[in-house]
Amino acid sequence: MAYSDKVIDHYSNPRNVGTLDKSKKSVGTGLVGAPECGDVMRLQIEVDENHMITDAKFKTFGCGSAIASSSLATEWLKGRSINDALEIDNMDIVEELALPPVKIHCSVLAEDAIKSAINDYRAKNGLPLFELEKSHH
Amino acid sequence: MIKTPIYLDNNATTQMDPRVLEAMIPYFTEKFGNAASRNHPYGWVAEEGVDYAREQVAKLIGANEKEIIFTSGATESDNLAIKGVYEMYKDKGNHIITLTTEHKAVLDACKHLEKQGANITYLDVESDGLVDLQKLEAAMTPQTILVAIMYANNEIGVIQPVKQIAEIAHKFGALFFTDAVQAVGKIPVNVIEDGIDLLALSGHKMYGPKGVGALYVRRKNPRVKVTSQMDGGGHERGMRSGTLNVPGIVGLGKACELCIDEMASEAIRLSGLRDKLESSLSELEESYVNGNVQHRLPHTANISFKYVEGEGLMMAMKDMAVSSGSACTSASLEPSYVLKSLGLSDDLAHSSIRFGLGRFSTEEEVDFAIENTKKAVLHLRELSPLWEMFKEGIDLDSIEWAAH
Repeated sequence: MAYSDKVIDHYSNPRNVGTLDKSKKSVGTGLVGAPECGDVMRLQIEVDENHMITDAKFKTFGCGSAIASSSLATEWLKGRSINDALEIDNMDIVEELALPPVKIHCSVLAEDAIKSAINDYRAKNGLPLFELEKSHH
Repeated sequence: MIKTPIYLDNNATTQMDPRVLEAMIPYFTEKFGNAASRNHPYGWVAEEGVDYAREQVAKLIGANEKEIIFTSGATESDNLAIKGVYEMYKDKGNHIITLTTEHKAVLDACKHLEKQGANITYLDVESDGLVDLQKLEAAMTPQTILVAIMYANNEIGVIQPVKQIAEIAHKFGALFFTDAVQAVGKIPVNVIEDGIDLLALSGHKMYGPKGVGALYVRRKNPRVKVTSQMDGGGHERGMRSGTLNVPGIVGLGKACELCIDEMASEAIRLSGLRDKLESSLSELEESYVNGNVQHRLPHTANISFKYVEGEGLMMAMKDMAVSSGSACTSASLEPSYVLKSLGLSDDLAHSSIRFGLGRFSTEEEVDFAIENTKKAVLHLRELSPLWEMFKEGIDLDSIEWAAH
């Protein structure tokens, strides 16, 4: 299967790889997927007092499309408020990276990771949780 | 300078040897006759080419040339052997024994027969990929007509104890069929010494052309027959109708001849390169060699690199053509059923790479492969949350993963 140039770019030069201190109140962590399914994403956000995302990091176990989806997600998250961040839709990722149909689940996983990280932050800071949509796969 | 991507997928197919092509060319052009044409020299010349190839193939496996049936490849040979034996001998019994790690052509032919009333036992292999002979013997019944067990496995390269398997099959009056696609031309295979009744082989796995293969069908002690699966002109002693693929057959014969001459020295050279590859990659933490390391093909290595995913790894290894145990092509990922049969967990099966060396592999290429694989594994572990957790001493089994 041929990968798009954007997938190859994110895969070869992933943005924002790393780990934030998950014990900090200002950090939200989302860990989604499962090793036996062949992909696990960990996405973390650091949020300031105005609920703006100042930093985002990821680590992903998975195929090139999964790595690219999470790398792209961290780029899009930085500088957004935690409410704006919820508007990132998996289909935006599919479009940006030109993912083929068989790789759509990678983008779904990235969206799940974003939501799960935001919820983790909200829980830590006593904010009401929003309901996570059931994963599409 | 080496040409990239370097080809290390010789269990999937091999590059045709130029000497094979040279032998084939006249049979595409001036020697174009139909080997079944008895009335003129065009037919005679083609038939001579086929007869000579039949001898070459027979010699490689210790058979008589009359026992070689040419086919379109190993999938057809597997189908003809299994379905043909079942249809021929089903009055004697309806039980067939095979392994869970067989090639799909064998497994699916068996599944097809199940619908027609056959009783199939799919034996599990041990964690090293080999069949337990006691379990095989325990599975035999008076109804067993066929034991279908591969000579060497295509994913992990382990060599089954075929001689003992044949003895057990014969003790119970059953025939022994072996899919020897990965073994023939790579290691010594002898149908007499091994007690094989039917054997499938393929041209393109041994530096010959694609689209041609053979089925060995024993003629003496016992005389074995298979019911043909295609109706037509009654070619190949009535077992396989269809105009013979003369250039392909000539190429297969030439490929067999080259293997007879070069197999022994090649096996030494390739196992040396394979061992170098394997020991170098085993220096990486948390890497595991899959399958029995004593009884296996000289040119195949299957290694799992824990905490990295196979398809992602292959992408980082884009300068190498290898196979992964992971097929991430749908929402539900299917790790290799062969590796799962060895008892590997799904994540370890997803993390496996098969390296298949061949006649045209060089030491320079193997060094390149070692260097690039190491780099790729380290790059992906940098990205892997699982590797980080492992390094922090977190037991991954203790985590409740979000099922999806």
